[in-house]
Amino acid sequence: MSTLEIRDLHVAVGDKEILRGVNLTVSAGETHAIMGPNGSGKSTLAYAIAGHPKYTITSGAVLLDGEDMLAMSVDERARAGLFLAMQYPVEVPGVSVSNFLRSAVTAVRGEAPKLREFAKDLKNGMDALSIDPAFAQRNTNEGFSGGEKKRHEILQLELLKPKIAVLDETDSGLDVDALRVVSEGINRFRDTGDTGVLLITHYTRILRYVKPDFVHVFAGGRIVEEGGPELADKLEDEGYESYVKASA
Amino acid sequence: MGLETMPVSKLHAESSYDPADFPVPTGREEEWRFTPLSRLKGLHNGTAAPTGNVVVEVDAAPEVTVETVGRDDSRIGAAYVPSDRVSAQAYASFEKATVITVPREVVASRPTVINVRGLGEGAGHGATYGHIVVRVEPMAQAVLVLDHTGGAVYADNVEFAVGEGATLKVVSLQDWADGAVHVSHHHAQLGKDATFRSFVVTLGGDLVRLSPSVSYTAPGGDADLTGLYFVDAGQHLEHRLWVDHGVPNCRSNVTYKGALQGDGAHAVWIGDVIIRAEAEGTDTYELNRNLLLTDGARADSVPNLEILTGEVAGAGHASASGRLDDEHIFYLQARGIPYDEARRLVVHGFFAQLLEKIEVEEIRERVLSAVEAELAR
Repeated sequence: MSTLEIRDLHVAVGDKEILRGVNLTVSAGETHAIMGPNGSGKSTLAYAIAGHPKYTITSGAVLLDGEDMLAMSVDERARAGLFLAMQYPVEVPGVSVSNFLRSAVTAVRGEAPKLREFAKDLKNGMDALSIDPAFAQRNTNEGFSGGEKKRHEILQLELLKPKIAVLDETDSGLDVDALRVVSEGINRFRDTGDTGVLLITHYTRILRYVKPDFVHVFAGGRIVEEGGPELADKLEDEGYESYVKASA
Repeated sequence: MGLETMPVSKLHAESSYDPADFPVPTGREEEWRFTPLSRLKGLHNGTAAPTGNVVVEVDAAPEVTVETVGRDDSRIGAAYVPSDRVSAQAYASFEKATVITVPREVVASRPTVINVRGLGEGAGHGATYGHIVVRVEPMAQAVLVLDHTGGAVYADNVEFAVGEGATLKVVSLQDWADGAVHVSHHHAQLGKDATFRSFVVTLGGDLVRLSPSVSYTAPGGDADLTGLYFVDAGQHLEHRLWVDHGVPNCRSNVTYKGALQGDGAHAVWIGDVIIRAEAEGTDTYELNRNLLLTDGARADSVPNLEILTGEVAGAGHASASGRLDDEHIFYLQARGIPYDEARRLVVHGFFAQLLEKIEVEEIRERVLSAVEAELAR
């Protein structure tokens, strides 16, 4: 049973404090939704946990199964079992999807997958997400539409099988069909059992497909309210306005 | 209207077989200002005694003839007149030239490899001057590899005369030992509907200054000039491209990419293209990209495009030098890929499209592993 613990996390960009004491525990088998208005610090939380160099941790702790994630490099965190599906996946010129994925799978598993097995896994994964097999030979994320980039993120999620997945606005910019395909991918990943999901979103839309166990409302760089799935319904009706005012 | 008929640029205006026609460079001239003259070992001022030792050996395809000839052979200098001091010095100073001929309508069955091997330690003892003529007769096709290795101070001129409807593909590897100095002109003269593919790879040597140029004698010529360089600490690797569109309906495409790492690593790329008044229907594009992998490295990149006709099919240029993109590295690392491997993937990616263009597989493999070795430093 894996557990991600975020304790009193403070994060700054330059001199500006963005996160002001975030406390959150995500265990395997659980799906947590973090919801909040733009600029509330949701994405900062995701990138800070993953170790993006732009963000400075000023205090607090992030532990995965008791191990200090903040002491690890970006790649060590990923190999320890953390995955971040990015809101804006990066285009990497000249590096093909298949080369990228094989390198990632090799790094995370600690050994190169058998070529035939990998080819099969890749094909099945792409089929399940309705990704054209020709994408394997294309440069990573280069010239992909928004929806194609998000599918590609979920493909990585399914291939890398992390302990904890942080999904940063994976639903943004998706049409209904793409949202369904991507949600099914997330649900397949959840159904494997021993994994936890932290779903960061602005909208309740994706929560109709990916049912959360817990909902946290984020405003002003911290969690301001917590509850069950019913909290998402309340946000759907009332919006974030009262939280934004309270945190200002 | 409003177009000048004479180029504004004074570059490439002078040409002569006699070094005395070119003043000794001082380093202030446009064509010499990037080159550290003190490291040329006297190649530019007549003080480099021809006492070096460079061996030229040719492993030719069976259909191709190879001759070693004296200075008076009429094929020498037929396609090229030296355009700077060192080039003229090399022209005036070589003793024997190598002439390679691909006969009319012959398709060479395998690459012809010219090994140019310096036998000196580093810069060796004294300079060597060389001259190579490659003639591809009408409708013939050949692949040529020029492989420069070892230690030397070497100045040479290479003439490629590509006949009507002929195709020549050349890979030139500058894989010199540390300390070597190489100043070279490669000129391709393209006949009607001739095709020329040049792939330059420059990795080794203290100072390499290579000037590939192209001219056209009749319409339909098609030149593709590709280059890849990897500059390490203290190295000066300079490429000066010059494409002279003087007849209608010819095409040229120049793509050079380099990576630099370490203190004092210096890359220079000059891309001069002129489309003369009579060269209507010209299609040209030139691009240079530099990837700075560490602090202390410097890339100078200067594209010059002069258009003297209003009727071009296409003309453009682009140049950019930048660092390894943190976001690329972060994305790969966020998928578990360690930093060194992420960096390797991104640099490979940077060169990937170029490497695919090398048709000779063993050369492609060699360049790949050379890039690997550079990255492992």
